[in-house]
Amino acid sequence: MAAAPARRPVPALPSGSDAAPGTVSVRGEVWRQLRRDRLALAGLVVLALLFVTALLGKLLTEWVVVFDPTLVRLPEKLLPPLAAANLAADPLPVFGRYLLGTDDLGRDVFARMLQGSFVSLSIGFVAVSIELVIGLALGGLAGFYGGRVDALIMRFTDVMLCFPTFFLILTVVALLPPSIWNIMIVIGVTSWMGTCRFVRAELLALREQDFVRAARALGLSDARVIFRHMIPNAIAPVLVSATIAVASAILTESALSYLGFGVQPPDASWGNILSDGRSFLFDAPWLFLIPGVAILLVVLAFNLVGEGLRDALNPRLRRMR
Amino acid sequence: MAAFLVRALAQRLGLLVVISMLAFAVIHLAPGEPSEVDPMNPRMKPQDIARIRAAFHLDEPLHAQYGYWLRDLATGELRSFKDGQPVVPRIWERFLNSVPLFGVAILIEWTFAFPIGIRAAVTRGSRFDRTSTFLAYFLISVPSFFVAYLVVLGVVNTFQLPVIGMRTFGFEPASSLRLVMDRFWHLAIPSLMAALTGLAVMSRYVRSQMLEVVAQDYVRTARAKGLPDEQVIYRHALRNALLPFVTMFGFLIPGLIGGSVIIEQIFAWPGIGRLGYEAILARDFPVILTLNFFAAALTLAGTFVSDVLYAVVDPRIRLG
Repeated sequence: MAAAPARRPVPALPSGSDAAPGTVSVRGEVWRQLRRDRLALAGLVVLALLFVTALLGKLLTEWVVVFDPTLVRLPEKLLPPLAAANLAADPLPVFGRYLLGTDDLGRDVFARMLQGSFVSLSIGFVAVSIELVIGLALGGLAGFYGGRVDALIMRFTDVMLCFPTFFLILTVVALLPPSIWNIMIVIGVTSWMGTCRFVRAELLALREQDFVRAARALGLSDARVIFRHMIPNAIAPVLVSATIAVASAILTESALSYLGFGVQPPDASWGNILSDGRSFLFDAPWLFLIPGVAILLVVLAFNLVGEGLRDALNPRLRRMR
Repeated sequence: MAAFLVRALAQRLGLLVVISMLAFAVIHLAPGEPSEVDPMNPRMKPQDIARIRAAFHLDEPLHAQYGYWLRDLATGELRSFKDGQPVVPRIWERFLNSVPLFGVAILIEWTFAFPIGIRAAVTRGSRFDRTSTFLAYFLISVPSFFVAYLVVLGVVNTFQLPVIGMRTFGFEPASSLRLVMDRFWHLAIPSLMAALTGLAVMSRYVRSQMLEVVAQDYVRTARAKGLPDEQVIYRHALRNALLPFVTMFGFLIPGLIGGSVIIEQIFAWPGIGRLGYEAILARDFPVILTLNFFAAALTLAGTFVSDVLYAVVDPRIRLG
């Protein structure tokens, strides 16, 4: 992903360079600020748990099938969470209990949520990676070259901003053959405009700085100057918005699922478990509440971490604390 | 001023043409044609499909199809693939149904976002600030249909409010006051649900904007002069914090139309979002395209108004 070039020693954030010189690294300072923000810290913990869950989910539902999300046990349908399995069920679920109950086909909701955690998370990350690639490339070109290139790219951005994004996503996803990849691509391709504008604004400001002049004077290629020297200096606010974009991509998938165009069965995503669950709101409320609360928690965590990072990176707000 | 207006209008017309071409290309290049809605139907023979394609000009090159669409749109002859009804009057009728929903939602957003955001910024770190911050994150993070379903359950059971459709069916003989109240109650919950996310985002934005402005030197100067707090906040700070919101006005529209797909689907509201959803299901290209075109035109009109307002409000900007 785009994080790789950021590993270079970053010369210091353009707006934060007025802090006392040579005391702490930018990253250390940001971490120090972030640690004070209890909400953001809680968000980080949730995200860490989520990553573990998603990886375990992939492991335990597909590679070593401990929890089988596709196993249909019709006599065991709509059991509440923690219900003990009847002996007839074969094979028995782990611990002999359905940790989160079963759905209308008697499938283990816990297994489906596990499988869905990886699917939902990867939709968020792949969509945002696509968005970042497009946004960084177009924003980089516009901000570096300025002039006619800039005008052209920004007009195109304006055009994209005029579309009702969700409606466009829905249209394209509905017309294309249903697949997870199409959903990821369409979400990514329709939501890069913010990143592009961000990067362009940052690069326009960086263009006249000495280190850029030096890099160009050394005869480096334009691409190298843009992507190795300038973008790492503009990446911080972009990463903040990317964190929040992961959250909104997960929400978009659940909205698509609600309309029937999300991840298609038999694959589970949190969005389609939630969407299926609404038919059983009265008989089996856990089918609706569990995925809903899970999405809420995860999206909330992404948003809180994103906003916490933004506060920590904004030197003006920091001074006022 | 006149020169600016003409240039801005011309630029937007150009954008509108580009947008319509792009929408046309995206929709027609994606696989999946109206003739393929029912691929499993054994009675659909290849000749039938060819006939359908010919009837809708789908067998002709893209630019010719675009020409047909533009011509029909201009002459008002544009008809739906699905039922042959004229498209423009239908979109207009559905749009009028959506207007109260959008209007009340915007009203709710703007009337509550400002006081909440300002109070949170002024009392930064207080209990009010923390509570409103957390609530805002909560509302941004919750899937809209999840919260709508839960609210509907609660509201219907405790307040006996109607939540489905625009009016109670068979209610016409009632007095006009009851009719108005009926319309109002039907409108209340959907518009509140449509406003929630926007309200949360807006109040956060107001807060951060206020924080930026309050840190400025001229606010400190006003404080140093010994002006009362209210005057500093509402006369000096708020006025400047408001400026960016003028430009947000135009970009509210795509969000509202996109969001209305879900809200109108939940509440069976016969509005523009639902029309779009039905058109997508039926691959009704003329309706989808014209709806996109209409939304883009509305957005461009909104940004135009924003630009003009911005120049009126901010004396530092001179048009020309």
